[in-house]
Amino acid sequence: MLIQEISHPGRRASAQAPLSRAEVGDLPAHLRRASPPALPEVSELQAVRHYTRLSQKNFSIDTHFYPLGSCTMKYNPRACHSLASLPGFLARHPLAPVTHGQGILACLHELQELLGEVTGMHAVSLAPAAGAQGEFAGVAMIRAYHEARGDRGRTEILVPDAAHGTNPASAAMCGFKVREIPTGADGDLDLEALRAALGPQTAGIMLTNPSTIGVFDRRIGAVAEAVHAAGGLLYYDGANLNAILGQVRPGDMGFDVIHMNLHKTFATPHGGGGPGAGPVGVSARLEPFLPLPLVTREGQDYRWLEEADRPHSIGRLTAFGGNIGILLRAYIYARLVGREGMKRIADYASLNANYLFKRLIAAGFEPAYGQRRASHEFILTLRREAKATGVNAMDFAKRLLDYGFHAPTTYFPLLVPECLLIEPTETETPEELDSFVAAMTAIRAEAETDPERVKGAPHSLPVRRLDDVRAAREPDLAWKGSPAHG
Amino acid sequence: MPFIPHTPDQVAAMLAVIGVEAIDDLFDEIPADLRAGELKGIPAALPEMEVGRLMAARARADGQPLCFIGAGAYDHHIPAVVWQLVARGELYSAYTPYQAEASQGTLQILYEFQSMMTALTALDVSNASLYDGASALAEAILMAVRANRHGKARRVLVPRGLHPRYRAVARAIVGQQDIELVEVPFDPAGGHLTLEALAPFAAEPFAALVIPQPNFFGVLEEVDLLTDWAQAQGALVIGVVNPVALALLSPPGAWGQAGADIACGEAQPLGMPLASGGPYAGFLCCKEALMRQLPGRIAGRTLDLEGKPGFTLTLQAREQHIRRSRATSNICTNQGLLVSAATIHLALLGAEGLERVAAACHANTLRLSASLCATPGVEPIFDRPCFHEQALRLPAPAADVLRSLAAHNILGGYDLGTDYPELGPAILVCATELRAEEDIAAYATKLARVIATRTQARCPVEPKF
Repeated sequence: MLIQEISHPGRRASAQAPLSRAEVGDLPAHLRRASPPALPEVSELQAVRHYTRLSQKNFSIDTHFYPLGSCTMKYNPRACHSLASLPGFLARHPLAPVTHGQGILACLHELQELLGEVTGMHAVSLAPAAGAQGEFAGVAMIRAYHEARGDRGRTEILVPDAAHGTNPASAAMCGFKVREIPTGADGDLDLEALRAALGPQTAGIMLTNPSTIGVFDRRIGAVAEAVHAAGGLLYYDGANLNAILGQVRPGDMGFDVIHMNLHKTFATPHGGGGPGAGPVGVSARLEPFLPLPLVTREGQDYRWLEEADRPHSIGRLTAFGGNIGILLRAYIYARLVGREGMKRIADYASLNANYLFKRLIAAGFEPAYGQRRASHEFILTLRREAKATGVNAMDFAKRLLDYGFHAPTTYFPLLVPECLLIEPTETETPEELDSFVAAMTAIRAEAETDPERVKGAPHSLPVRRLDDVRAAREPDLAWKGSPAHG
Repeated sequence: MPFIPHTPDQVAAMLAVIGVEAIDDLFDEIPADLRAGELKGIPAALPEMEVGRLMAARARADGQPLCFIGAGAYDHHIPAVVWQLVARGELYSAYTPYQAEASQGTLQILYEFQSMMTALTALDVSNASLYDGASALAEAILMAVRANRHGKARRVLVPRGLHPRYRAVARAIVGQQDIELVEVPFDPAGGHLTLEALAPFAAEPFAALVIPQPNFFGVLEEVDLLTDWAQAQGALVIGVVNPVALALLSPPGAWGQAGADIACGEAQPLGMPLASGGPYAGFLCCKEALMRQLPGRIAGRTLDLEGKPGFTLTLQAREQHIRRSRATSNICTNQGLLVSAATIHLALLGAEGLERVAAACHANTLRLSASLCATPGVEPIFDRPCFHEQALRLPAPAADVLRSLAAHNILGGYDLGTDYPELGPAILVCATELRAEEDIAAYATKLARVIATRTQARCPVEPKF
């Protein structure tokens, strides 16, 4: 049932609105609404019960293991939420003067500094509201840099074929043409193909390292040298930063601009799809172009840097300086984890990934890049199982839900057939990883003896497998009834 | 080790399975010369109680002043239910609902949100939200330029009376695709957009007209006239609206003969704390004909293999993870947690509650304006009807007045001088339903004193020391 369908005309949660309706006779009649919007009419308890029950239909980190490759679903410490929800932080208006914001500005300034330190970048802007907006900002800065030098022929951005879909989409948002570079058989970028693609039209390249294949590109130095020699810049997609936090810094690898996904590496909540936060870090030559606002410190005082301070900035990306409540959570996380903790995150994320990788290989699953060291994630290919039993990667993923595990990332990266991209993160116990191996093994046995059971999964969730084709062909995107007749 | 559960014996056993001696060996594919040294700039770890002490001090430092600033972010009552439910781990720590069967809670909430937004805007389709109101406008403009089948126009008319930050964000985002935003002046007496002001800009084709209702000054626009005019020129109409105001004001889908084509805005007034500016959520709705041009996530209702209704993300052929460089946008976020807050908030208020909130804000702002205008030299700038905000002229420099008020813990409004120097000393004020009569009286009294000290005739004789 929808909330709209349990509505009853005239019912209200009356404690939640003013006692009476104020007079608004001065508003001209022709600009007034003719009839009230069809919103639900429910009691407070009805709403509480409805949304509590809905929440129980979700998997979440708090209830399930999410071995979701490239998504870094680690524990979201509760202190980050409660401390970011202190009344002084929540009540502050975005346009309040800095005299009434030294507390939040101090946190944001320190966050800028520590993100710069852990990534080896010269300066950081916290403005982008999510990873994709960070990518947009990064590519826009690359464009602004070339244009500021009068170098107008650079119309192309290179991306590896294994890249996240946001990379080519962000490049296109900034008006660039996109050219794909193949991945070599060993999982590293095909350096020869890269060299052949580079030229005076190259604005830059967008890379994830470790890549979405879950391996560290060993030739990153040569890649950086080649791209820089061609006059291009290097963009680092921080989706996999968890793998290398404190171990190797993108700035030291030669990257000119990076974005970080704080909802991954810095444990802020995913919230069922957002909010995220996607700060960008840059080398010195890109600093003038950073998006606004920035926080600066003058003596003991903090203030915003705005248009007058940064005339070459690519501008603003949201009305009020980004997802500040999320930045605050990331700052709190960084303080809880501290200097040693940063490196330890990558240590244990890699330990868990390599352990799970070896155990799954030992259980007979086929690695896509078995000769390589896994980073914080790795890929299995289920092409043998699919051929032998007709049970494919999606069926395995759906059946895992019945076993109480969120599915790994499926069918990404696109270049590995029937793949599962698996990332356990550092916050899982080895016992949990062992249970996952047991579930995978049990599902493979089912695929051999009772493939229809697996193909029909899930069986134990609130719904069975959903008809996506129908959803797209006959879109039902909003409730069309009227609450009076609900 | 904060948040890492491994014991030393487990680490040893895991390393043995992997076949390495130390954790550091797992990084052996990283060239040695690239390995990072100690991160000196990062402070050492603190336990939760220490971080708690630090954050409490910082939150206190921000004070809790009496706030009369609106300007795109509004201090409304948020029912206790809203964040107690939203902070449940099952909503807070859930992933994007790609695995629909394991995400029916989130997906149904998105569908309910979309239903509420289409009801509020009187349009056919809503997405599951974007980052915020300003970035939603940028996406609306990109969408309108793509959808404009009448021509290849890459010009969009944007009134100067639209929120200055929205104009800045739209410029930063759509400017990358060489779309031109043409600024149309507001009427100096009314503060609104007029057909006379628009006419000269229609000499060249344009893809869309942006209509804010109310505009940044709180002034109500003649939305019917403007919509009919723009559509008669073959352009699309994008409404930028406040969702609380929609309880009282004509919804975009009902503007003019045919209705606005697209509506967007900031969902913050629906259950989201001010929080220095985010996270908020942008909404974006449109007519059915434009459905496949919508960017962002969309939840749809469908059937499972037993014929039972369920929810899933749909129309994904528009999106970056499928369409890559040809996607409608690079966005892959929706502000899921904030959408949950907005949905629960709207369910609790209903149409009647939302209308009472809107009416109370409006009445309070009028009361505030009348009280402040009791001070000589303080007066409304525009003569048109306003909603929820009002622009006031001051007889003394606005920044100076606001600074003095802030020193007394009153945030007296938004200084219009930065963005609209043509208005002279001017502020934008707002009093939501949370401002009590005594709050308004306190502000009016303080303003009278602050203005008096700045406008009283100076002593004709220079004091001698």
